[in-house]
Amino acid sequence: MGLDVRHRLRVNPIACTGHGMCAELLPEIIDLDPWGYPILASPEVPRHLLGHARRAVAACPTLALLMDEISSKHR
Amino acid sequence: MISPSRMPGRRLPRLLAGISSHRPARLSEHEQRYGPVPLPSRAAGPRRPGRARPGRLVDLVERSGLTGRGGAGYPTAKKMRSVIAAPGRPVVVANGCEGEPASAKDRLLLARLPHLVLDGIALAAQAVAADEAYLVVHGRQADLLASLEAAITERGTLGIDPVPIILAGIPHRYVASEQSAIVQYLNGGPGRPTFSPPRPHERGVKGRPTLVQNVETLAHLALIARYGDRWFRAVGLPSAPGSTLVTVSGAVARPGVYEIEMGTPIGQVVMLAGGPTKRLHGLLVGGYFGGWLPAKVAWPVPMTHAGLRSVGGAMGAGMVIALPGTACPLAETARVVRYLAEESAGQCGPCMFGLPALADVLTDLAYQGGRSRGVDQVGSLIPLIEQRGACRHPDGATQLVRSMLRAFPGDADRHDQQGPCYGVRRPPLLPVPPAHERGWGWT
Amino acid sequence: MSFSLNGPGLWYATRATGLVTLALLTGSVLLGVLTAGRFATERWPRFLTVGLHRNLSLLAVAFLALHVGTTVIDTYTSIPLAAAFIPFSSSYKTIWLSLGAVACDLLLALVITSLVRNRLGHRTWRRVHWIAYACWPVALGHGLGIGTDRSTIWVFAATICCVAMVAAAATWRFVTGARAGAR
Repeated sequence: MGLDVRHRLRVNPIACTGHGMCAELLPEIIDLDPWGYPILASPEVPRHLLGHARRAVAACPTLALLMDEISSKHR
Repeated sequence: MISPSRMPGRRLPRLLAGISSHRPARLSEHEQRYGPVPLPSRAAGPRRPGRARPGRLVDLVERSGLTGRGGAGYPTAKKMRSVIAAPGRPVVVANGCEGEPASAKDRLLLARLPHLVLDGIALAAQAVAADEAYLVVHGRQADLLASLEAAITERGTLGIDPVPIILAGIPHRYVASEQSAIVQYLNGGPGRPTFSPPRPHERGVKGRPTLVQNVETLAHLALIARYGDRWFRAVGLPSAPGSTLVTVSGAVARPGVYEIEMGTPIGQVVMLAGGPTKRLHGLLVGGYFGGWLPAKVAWPVPMTHAGLRSVGGAMGAGMVIALPGTACPLAETARVVRYLAEESAGQCGPCMFGLPALADVLTDLAYQGGRSRGVDQVGSLIPLIEQRGACRHPDGATQLVRSMLRAFPGDADRHDQQGPCYGVRRPPLLPVPPAHERGWGWT
Repeated sequence: MSFSLNGPGLWYATRATGLVTLALLTGSVLLGVLTAGRFATERWPRFLTVGLHRNLSLLAVAFLALHVGTTVIDTYTSIPLAAAFIPFSSSYKTIWLSLGAVACDLLLALVITSLVRNRLGHRTWRRVHWIAYACWPVALGHGLGIGTDRSTIWVFAATICCVAMVAAAATWRFVTGARAGAR
């Protein structure tokens, strides 16, 4: 029995003012729409990008990028 | 339970049974028709809501299968149970704002049958053991506010309501009637939607679990509490029981608010409203958060949430607008999307920028022709807007536009390739409040 | 010049670290304004602006610690450690030193709230962060008033530059209204 911890990103669209640092720091997952706001290609963050994702979350000037930990047990 | 001699007939009208054409029903008339509201205490002594057993009324509501009549169709008992289960003393909020321009049912209930709604609020407050209750309407309707205040005061002097009902006028903006916007306004903030989690039923007014219900849902509650679940289920379908109010407008002989059994085929609803005045091209069902359907497709569809979803539409708050063959669905949609864009709260980039861009492209497509690119431009804008806002406002607009492309592919192609049709010249059909009627503030 | 606790070495260190702190604070303020102004070019991404802003601020705190440290252990003047945080607790150049204490307190408030801002929430953090526009002039006032290097040409010139840059940046920031915050 093990613990699977997955990480998912989401954006608070009200806090987001389109600075765009998240897309600079995590271009594999985050792209910008024509108006400068982030589009998440997939909310799931693969393990090898976790460090970059954390940096992107910390860099957001308005704390609009959020990362949730979802743990699920598996056999 | 009310004695059988007072029980209204098993068929319709039910909510609208006591309605007068020009004035609110008085408390005495209301109680004569329906009997007094079945609350434990109507004495003028000190009111102690206490932690009432949430059991009985909520169970009754669950057995009756009542779902929300505000547009989402969420099971009412489930909502009440989640509010009861959440930590903190609950608050009840009755939403009578009716932001949809094409809907008039809530206004009708509040103006003519206020005591049905007020009974519902009192019962809901008792059932979830709330100690605060609010009735919110758009603040500019001074007459309505005055008559509601009078009704509440009359009940107050008789000690009918276990919890004082506070009337609140919220800003006259389309999104101000969204439930998180109402909660934020009641908390002293601007009437704009907020980022969730948490949802109002977890943490709402003053951080307490808040039960937000449409006023029509509460009116049904008032009757279910009197006559029981079997009476409620005597009309409608087993999967969608009871009656509901619909607003029919557009190219029909007698536009207005009608009470129908849930599951009535849309064609029958249109006939109830006097039938079409011209050959119909399509129907807009569910308001500006609903969707277009070709008339032939819509006609046999039962008026239920599931029924409309099965044909790619949405029931919303029960509006049906009949579009005649002489009108242009693209022009109508373009005007509505422009209105929705102007009504954006301006908090989220994709809505704030995307909706005006969508409105521009649609206006061009409708009035200038698409130059073979219009439909594609619309198609590429929609995914940039959908689901990227904090509330469902932009989704309503994109849903409307998607349904337009699905229901009228011929019109869309013709506008794209050949140019505008004659229908764009006719006067507008879908109601959009004029600028002077709209509020501009948020507080 | 030997380094001893009662020689002029520590005094030079105090002045030097003070000037460096001021220069770092100036850089930080400018980068903060550039962050809010969403400055970016082909080769200069936005995360660089905010990253440098953060690093310069932390470096400023480090140099401030050195500045305070060298001042306190310098036996030429008896300035207690408390004077670095509590105004009016030193008899030596009371007013100007107090300005330094105020600037230090403000800077600590700025840095600490920024380090825990995900726990504070954006709105609170933002309100506190405006005091950066108070912190910098107070620090400058402390530096000018304490009087030790006013007459040195290059220090004077550098100070004028810093003042000019911060004044320009602050004016630009307030005039353009910051669309990010003014909704």
